[in-house]
Amino acid sequence: MPQATFRIWTGAGDDAVFKDFATDVSEGMVVLDAIHQIQAESAPTLACRWNCKAGKCGSCSAEVNGKPRLMCMTRLDTLDLSVPVTVEPMKSFPHVRDLVTDVSWNFRVKKSIKPFKPRKPDAPDGTWRMQQADVDRVQEFRKCIECFLCQDVCHVLRDHHKHPEFAGPRHFVYTAALEMHPLDTEDRLSHMKNEGGIGYCNITKCCTKVCPEHITITDNAIIPLKERVVDEYYDPLTRLFKVFTGK
Amino acid sequence: MSDYQTHEHDVLVIGAGGAGLRAAIEAASVKGLSVGLVCKSLLGKAHTVMAEGGMAAAMAHVDDRDNWMVHFADTMRGGQYLNNPVMAELHAKEAPDRVRELEAWGALFDRTRDGRILQRNFGGHRYPRLAHVGDRTGLEMIRTLQDHGIHQGIEVYMEHTVTTLLKDGDRVVGAFGYDRERGRFRVFKAKAVVLATGGIGRAFKITSNSWEYTGDGHALAYDAGADLIDMEFVQFHPTGMVWPPSVRGILVTEGVRGEGGRLVNKDGKRFMFDDVPDLYKNQVAKDAEEGWRYVTGDKNANRPPELLTRDHVARCINREVKAGRGSPHGGVYLDIAWIKEKLPNAQEHIKKKLPSMYHQFKELAGVDITTTPMEVGPTTHYVMGGVRVDGVTQMSTVPGLFAAGECAGGLHGANRLGGNSLSDLLVFGKRAGEHAAKWAQAQKPSNINAAQVELAAKQALAPFERSGENPYQVQLTLQDMMQDKVGIVRTENDMAAALDGLAALKKRAAAVSIDGNREYNPGWHTCLDLPNLLCVSEAVARCALDRRESRGGHFREDYPDKSKDFAGHNTVIRKAPDGSMKLLREPIVPLTDEQKKVIDANK
Ligand SMILES: Cc1cc2nc3c(=O)[nH]c(=O)nc-3n(C[C@H](O)[C@H](O)[C@H](O)COP(=O)(O)OP(=O)(O)OC[C@H]3O[C@@H](n4cnc5c(N)ncnc54)[C@H](O)[C@@H]3O)c2cc1C
Ligand code: SF4
Ligand code: SF4
Ligand code: FES
Repeated sequence: MPQATFRIWTGAGDDAVFKDFATDVSEGMVVLDAIHQIQAESAPTLACRWNCKAGKCGSCSAEVNGKPRLMCMTRLDTLDLSVPVTVEPMKSFPHVRDLVTDVSWNFRVKKSIKPFKPRKPDAPDGTWRMQQADVDRVQEFRKCIECFLCQDVCHVLRDHHKHPEFAGPRHFVYTAALEMHPLDTEDRLSHMKNEGGIGYCNITKCCTKVCPEHITITDNAIIPLKERVVDEYYDPLTRLFKVFTGK
Repeated sequence: MSDYQTHEHDVLVIGAGGAGLRAAIEAASVKGLSVGLVCKSLLGKAHTVMAEGGMAAAMAHVDDRDNWMVHFADTMRGGQYLNNPVMAELHAKEAPDRVRELEAWGALFDRTRDGRILQRNFGGHRYPRLAHVGDRTGLEMIRTLQDHGIHQGIEVYMEHTVTTLLKDGDRVVGAFGYDRERGRFRVFKAKAVVLATGGIGRAFKITSNSWEYTGDGHALAYDAGADLIDMEFVQFHPTGMVWPPSVRGILVTEGVRGEGGRLVNKDGKRFMFDDVPDLYKNQVAKDAEEGWRYVTGDKNANRPPELLTRDHVARCINREVKAGRGSPHGGVYLDIAWIKEKLPNAQEHIKKKLPSMYHQFKELAGVDITTTPMEVGPTTHYVMGGVRVDGVTQMSTVPGLFAAGECAGGLHGANRLGGNSLSDLLVFGKRAGEHAAKWAQAQKPSNINAAQVELAAKQALAPFERSGENPYQVQLTLQDMMQDKVGIVRTENDMAAALDGLAALKKRAAAVSIDGNREYNPGWHTCLDLPNLLCVSEAVARCALDRRESRGGHFREDYPDKSKDFAGHNTVIRKAPDGSMKLLREPIVPLTDEQKKVIDANK
C-alpha cells in the first residue's frame, strides 16, 4: 500500500513542534482518516476534535497545507502526497494541544447577540405563515455548522487579533439570519456597529472562500448588514425620520 | 484525597443533543431552579446535528387525514407491539406542539404552498408526516435549541465526560466526571439527574454513529442499579455508504427513498416488490407507477416497498448481497437519478431536496447522484433499547434518575420509525425536564459520599498506572466481533461465542494503559469508554440470545419467524448484587381498550 507522511503540529505551549508520521493510504481516504490511523498506530494521545465524519458538525476544523479545511472532507487524492502534508490547528484561537484550539470565545460572542424575538402569531392557533421564497434566503445562513473556519481565515481576527471588538464572519452570518428572519422583530444593528465591529470588515471575501457550507458570507450576509448599519446611522433622512417618530 | 471541583445544581442534565437541551430548557423554565448541562463535545455538535430526514408529527399539513391516532398506530405497528403504549400515545399527541414550539424559537422549516410547515413521506408513516429542512433537519433542531437555550440561564459544561453516577442510599444525587481539555475532575451535585447521552453505535464496526456513541448513559444507569429494556433491538439502517472504505457506514438518508429513490440489484431488478410482509400487505403499491404517484402526493396511492420499515428493507438488501446480486462493493444500488424520466428539472429538484446527500457523494465518493446510482448497504444506526423509564415522567427505576432520547427505551419497541427519534427527543426531553424539576423541588438535601468520589477518581486514573496494551486495539476487536456475531443476522452459536469473546475482552480492557498526561488525551478517553462499550455489548448479546424469534430490528437466522411466545414480554437487564448481568422477561405494558380500538381502526 502507498504511504504518505503527515507533518502534524503536536504538543502544547512553547513545546509544540511539527512531527512527521507516516501511514498507509487507501482509496477514498480523507485527512481525518489518516489522523485516526496515526492515533491507533503510533500516537495514541494525538488530540483532535471530530464527530460526524461527514461535514455536518463542524468539529474537525484545521489547516491542511496551510488552508483552513474540514479534515473529514479533505480527500487525500486532492493533495500532493509526494511531499509531507502539513496539518495544523486553527490560528485565530488560543492553542490547547495538538490540533485542538480553545474556541470558547465564539460561544461567548454568540451569547452577547440578542436572541430571536418573533412577531405575534398569524393564526389563532398560535402559528405563523411564511412562504418558501421568504425563508430561502435565511435558510442559506442557517446551514452554518459553526466550524469557525471563516473566523480562522479572517485577517481581522487572525492577524489583527481584534477578538474583543470584532464578532467575525460567523456571527455576522448569525446576526443576518436573525435580522432577515421573516418573523423577527428585534433590532441588532447598533450592536453590530458597536460591539460587533462590522466596520472592520473590508470585504476581502476570504471567509466566503473557505466556508464548507458554501454560504455566500460576504455578499449575502455582511454587505446587506453593512448597508443597513449605514442607512440607520449615517443616512440623514433615516435620522430625521427617527427624530420625528421616536423609533 | 483526589483533587476535584464541585458544582451544585438542582437538576443536572447529562448530554446536550436534542433530548438534553430540551430537558434543560424545560427545567430552567422553573423559577429559581439551577440547571447544569454537561456534554462530551462542544455545544451544538451532538449527534442530533447529523439527523437528516425530519421529525415526525401528525400536523396534517399535507394530508388532512393524518392525526395522532394514525401516528400512534403506525408507531406501534412499526415497533411490533413491544412499545410502551403510554409513551407511543403521548408522543403522537404531543409531537405537533413540540414542533410548533421550535418554530416559535426561530426554526425555519420548509414550507407548504399555503405557508405552513411542510411534511414529507418516510418509511412506515402512513401519511406525509416529517417536518424537515431539506436533509439537514437535525442541524436546524439542535441550533434552534442551542440558540434558545443559551439565554435561559443554564450552566453549560462543554467537553466534560461523566464517568460515574453518585448515590446517597437509593437515590442518585450527582455525577462524577472530568473536563476533557485539562483532565481535571469534577463533582456535580444535583437533586435530580437526567441522562440524555444518546446511543451505542460505536460497539459495531460499520456504523453511522460518532465517537460519542459509546453507550455511556446506558452503562451509567446500569451501574447505578437501573433497568435497561429491549437491548436486543438495534436498528440497522438499510442505506449507509459502502464505498470508498473510509466512508463505510455513513448514512444515506431515507429521504432519498421518500423523494422516489428506488433500490435495484446488479441485474437492474427492483427487488423490494418481491417480499412484502403481511402486516403491510394492503399499504404497499402494486407497481412502480403507483409508488411514484405516492411519493408525488397522490392520496389514493400506496407507498412503494422501498418505504417499508427499516428492519425489513435492511434484510432484503442483505439477502440480495448474500445471493450474489449485489453491487461491486457489497451493497445494492439506490437510484434517485431515474426520476428524470418523470420530472423535467430532476437534477435541480434533487439538489434542492437532498443537498447534503448531493455533496456527501460528490465530495466523499466522487459520485454525482443526479446522474448515477449510489451504492448502499446496511449500517448500525440506532438503539431502540435503553434505560427503562416511567412513560409519563421518564424516571428510571432508580429514584432521582431520569432518561430521555435515544438512551431511554420503550417508545420504539422492536423497531423505530424514521423521524420518530427527533420528535421523541422533544416530547420526552420536555417531560424529563419537567418531572426532574418537580422531583428536585421535593427533595431534601443529600450527601455526596467521599468514598464513591475517591473510587471514581482512582478508576479514572488507573490506565496511566498500568502498562498493558493500547485501548484502540481492544476497541477494534470488540467492534469487529459485535458486527460479525451480534449484527444484522444472528444465531445461537455466534452469540454464545460473542459472550465468550466479551469475557476475554473485559480482561483486556481492565489492563489497557496509556501514556502522556490528562490534557486532551484521546487515548485516555478511549480507555474510559471501553467499560461502557463492553457493558452495552454484553446487554445486547444476552438479550438477543434470549429472544428466540425474529422481530423488528432483531433477526435470528435460527428462528426466522415471529413467535407468540415472545410477543408478550420485554427483555430487561439488571445488575445483580454479585455484579453479574441478570436478564428478566417482563410482561409488556398492556394496551387500554381505547388504544386497542385506535389500532384496529387503523389496521
Ligand atoms: C446520520 C444520522 C441521521 C439521522 N436522521 C434522523 C432523522 O432524520 N430523523 C430522526 O428522527 N432521527 C434521525 N436520527 C437519529 C437521531 O438523530 C438520534 O437518535 C438523536 O439525535 C439522538 O439524540 P439524543 O438527544 O438522544 O442524543 P445526542 O444528540 O446524541 O446527544 C448525546 C449527548 O450526550 C453527551 N454525552 C454522551 N455521553 C456522555 C458522558 N459520558 N458525559 C457527558 N456527556 C455525554 C454527548 O456529548 C451529547 O451531547 C439520525 C441519526 C444519525 C446518526
Ligand atoms: S470579508 Fe470581512 S469578515 Fe470576511 S474575511 Fe474578509 S474582512 Fe473578514
Ligand atoms: S459560516 Fe461557514 S465557515 Fe463560517 S462557521 Fe459557518 S459553516 Fe463555518
Ligand atoms: S467531523 Fe463533523 S465536520 Fe468533520
